[in-house]
Amino acid sequence: MTPTLVALALIFGQLSLLAIGGPVAILPEMQRQVVDVQNWMTTSQFVAMFAMAQASPGPNMMVVTLIGWHVGGWAGAAVATLCVFGPSSLLAAMVFRAWDRFRTRPWRRVLQGALAPLTVGLSVSGAALVTQATAKGWLLAVIVAAAAAAMTHARLPPVVVLAAGGIVALLG
Amino acid sequence: MARRMIVERKRWLTEEEFVELLGPGQFLPGATVVNLSIAIGARLGGARGAIVSLCALLAAPTVIVLLIGALYGEISDDPRLGRFLAGVAAAAAGLFIALAIKLLPILRGRPASAAIAALCVVGLVALRAPMLTTLLALGPVSILVAWRAGP
Repeated sequence: MTPTLVALALIFGQLSLLAIGGPVAILPEMQRQVVDVQNWMTTSQFVAMFAMAQASPGPNMMVVTLIGWHVGGWAGAAVATLCVFGPSSLLAAMVFRAWDRFRTRPWRRVLQGALAPLTVGLSVSGAALVTQATAKGWLLAVIVAAAAAAMTHARLPPVVVLAAGGIVALLG
Repeated sequence: MARRMIVERKRWLTEEEFVELLGPGQFLPGATVVNLSIAIGARLGGARGAIVSLCALLAAPTVIVLLIGALYGEISDDPRLGRFLAGVAAAAAGLFIALAIKLLPILRGRPASAAIAALCVVGLVALRAPMLTTLLALGPVSILVAWRAGP
């Protein structure tokens, strides 16, 4: 059990700091680690957990809690959750503390200016790779496109779009 | 929705403060709402405030997601559930696409930044390069570009 917990800690601790722009940035890498490298679950199991975490309230990171629980029970869930939120939270705390104090310093502008294009790049890449992983077949591809269009043009609550996607797939 | 809660209902931050914290909140690693809750918690109550804020944010979602996971464990044999979840996952991908589209205006009028973002996408999607490698390669370039861009 302990080597598993260590693996969970290392993987999610690292992913915590790579999640620039949010969880979407690390979802492809997370899948690669969990499914391909560690063989902890199949791709379809990962997709199912991803879907459940999306459907439930809270940040998208909560998929990590489910993965940890699947791999290592309560201890796994706790370790995975702590490790995915810990490092980035510590970093955020440090940066925010310095943010006010160094209001006029140039490093603030440089940091934000440097991270901005990476945020966009990672968000686009994450969206592309997640689409690739989930759009298996024409019906699912249509759902992806419809959801993207719906959210771009109308201000629907995400939960409604997710539920609609699920229902269409169920009935299709 | 978070803005409404933070600025209007609970009045933890003013509109300007919220907008100012949103910048780093979005660009720092981690979910934006998590980073914001740390910023607010720290502002209102120091280190302890930040920890309490984070725990409060995550407590209910953790319980709920585990309940959902347990429920899934009970009924995972039903193929209809698999189809439903596949549809939810596909819709989530659509949400991510919409989110990415919403971020694109950040690059407007900044060709160097746009090039960095494009290289990032090429590296990760076309070349399937490891994330860490890509970020370590592009990070310094991005810092240089930002530094030279001037105020």
